[in-house]
Amino acid sequence: MNETVDLSPGELLSGLRAGNFSSREVTSEYLQRIEDLDPGLHAFLHVNPKISLKQADEADLILQAWRLDPSQDLPPLTGLPLAVKDVLCVKGMPCTSGSKILENYIPPFDATAVKRLKQAGVVILGKTNTDEFAMGSSTENSAYGPTRNPWDLERVPGGSSGGSAAAVSARLAPAALGTDTGGSVRQPASFCGVTGIKPTYGRVSRYGLVAYGSSLDVVGVLGISAKDILPIFRIMAGNDSLDATSIGLPVPEIKLTDDAPDLSGLRIGIPEEYFIAGIQPEVQQKVLEAVDMFAELGAAVKQVSLPHTEQALPVYYLIAPAEASANLARFDGIRYGPRIAAEEMWDIFRHTRGRKFGPEVKQRIMLGTYALSAGYYEAFYGQAQKVRTLIKSDFDLAFQNVDLIAAPVAPSTAFRIGEHGDDPLSMYLEDIFTLPANLAGVPGMSFPVGFDKQGLPVGMQLMCAHFQEALLFKAAHAYQKITAWHTQRPQL
Amino acid sequence: MKLTLEEVQHIAELARLQLTPEEMTRYAEQLSEILDYAARLQSIDTSGISPTDRVIDAGNVLREDIPLPGLDKQQLLENAPDTEKGQFKVPPILE
Repeated sequence: MNETVDLSPGELLSGLRAGNFSSREVTSEYLQRIEDLDPGLHAFLHVNPKISLKQADEADLILQAWRLDPSQDLPPLTGLPLAVKDVLCVKGMPCTSGSKILENYIPPFDATAVKRLKQAGVVILGKTNTDEFAMGSSTENSAYGPTRNPWDLERVPGGSSGGSAAAVSARLAPAALGTDTGGSVRQPASFCGVTGIKPTYGRVSRYGLVAYGSSLDVVGVLGISAKDILPIFRIMAGNDSLDATSIGLPVPEIKLTDDAPDLSGLRIGIPEEYFIAGIQPEVQQKVLEAVDMFAELGAAVKQVSLPHTEQALPVYYLIAPAEASANLARFDGIRYGPRIAAEEMWDIFRHTRGRKFGPEVKQRIMLGTYALSAGYYEAFYGQAQKVRTLIKSDFDLAFQNVDLIAAPVAPSTAFRIGEHGDDPLSMYLEDIFTLPANLAGVPGMSFPVGFDKQGLPVGMQLMCAHFQEALLFKAAHAYQKITAWHTQRPQL
Repeated sequence: MKLTLEEVQHIAELARLQLTPEEMTRYAEQLSEILDYAARLQSIDTSGISPTDRVIDAGNVLREDIPLPGLDKQQLLENAPDTEKGQFKVPPILE
């Protein structure tokens, strides 16, 4: 058999339909690759070949029946393997969220995004590593150890969806689900040289996603190219009665053609606030080169301003921890997870939470508790919610004049494991370019636009107005038609 | 602004977190640093600005109240650290 790991999801699906290979063969090849390569990467927290192969066999039966009678409806992703970030519930597989407080937790239900993809025929390869409760920018905050960047094993893959980004980059999965609360899909996609989308807030149901910051959390997907992740995005998206913040708008038809790309009529804005002192010069250079390519494809490029960009960091690090402090109150050692025994119930709570949450999670719970506490609420949380309005207004205003905003994803390429040590504020600064989109709820896509001198991938992000994801796919696909950055593979 | 150990203890108590003395000292420092940074927001003029409670206003979301089967009780109990007679078990709360 040919190396199916070289095939895109579209090619895999065509091959499966044609009967060139079975889902069991494809799934086995990915599982073998995980067994061979993941000990050095630690992209996965849980792999269960028995469950995956059973799903593959079911897919093969459906494919066989369909080949006998192609007039039947075939679920669109039948037989396609997919990895899932370990903050999303997959029935019968562990879901730890990278935390000891959910060690051995096996959800008895599927997250809506997962359920829809299963109904569409995917095979779940395993659960990928994440910063504990998605709180981090490097996957170093996982209670189960960091993931390593496939481009340089001494460096982080980004985070919090670092396991998913590393898995896709190393071809341990054709695509992987991630989540993005402050950049957790886009930044690891950038660090690992893959493509990832953070949809509009509310576009994908959050039911079955272990909640971090509920007004910010979005389920997204990472893959090699915009074209690869499109069908997965479309299937996950849409209203869900189990999440009242999921939006009832129809999911748009998005057609990506193989015609010569033409972006004439598209207006791209360059925000001055994202090209600042302190950014790695090669990152700025590669992003601006990509912008030139968009101009060559016919897009009109103009300057825009998002004047409150600098405030996004303090706003985010009050709002997200405040929401987290409420969301994580449910972990108390009573209904799931381990319990530190004590005679008094309050001591069960204190000791279980004190010992089973990791340092960053405790820090954010404390920060959020403080920001919401009597006497400080207005000055911290209340003021942050008002400045959030100003950040959102910046985007509303900018999108009156441009269709897309182009910017770096992070100030630098992947940093070294341990580089930010015990200094949370310096780690938080890694998020300055990704946080604003979450605070405004706008969608964004990150994709590779080159490499720095050390051979590390450089990513850029495009952002657009609410529910205009089609523009992100159209523009990124056009760029990927005329460039090959996204096809580069790390040597492993 | 410098948080005292007493303040850190108070926050930890509100959050139901048992912290070690080393953690208390570390969080006192780190939280003070982060709050100092966050305090810069207080210089921004937000008079007349409403807080953003939701980025996309979906209005009130209502649906018919139709009973549906819930999750399986036995499966849910399997994840609990201590159960008895089909229920979660906890120490007595009332004397």
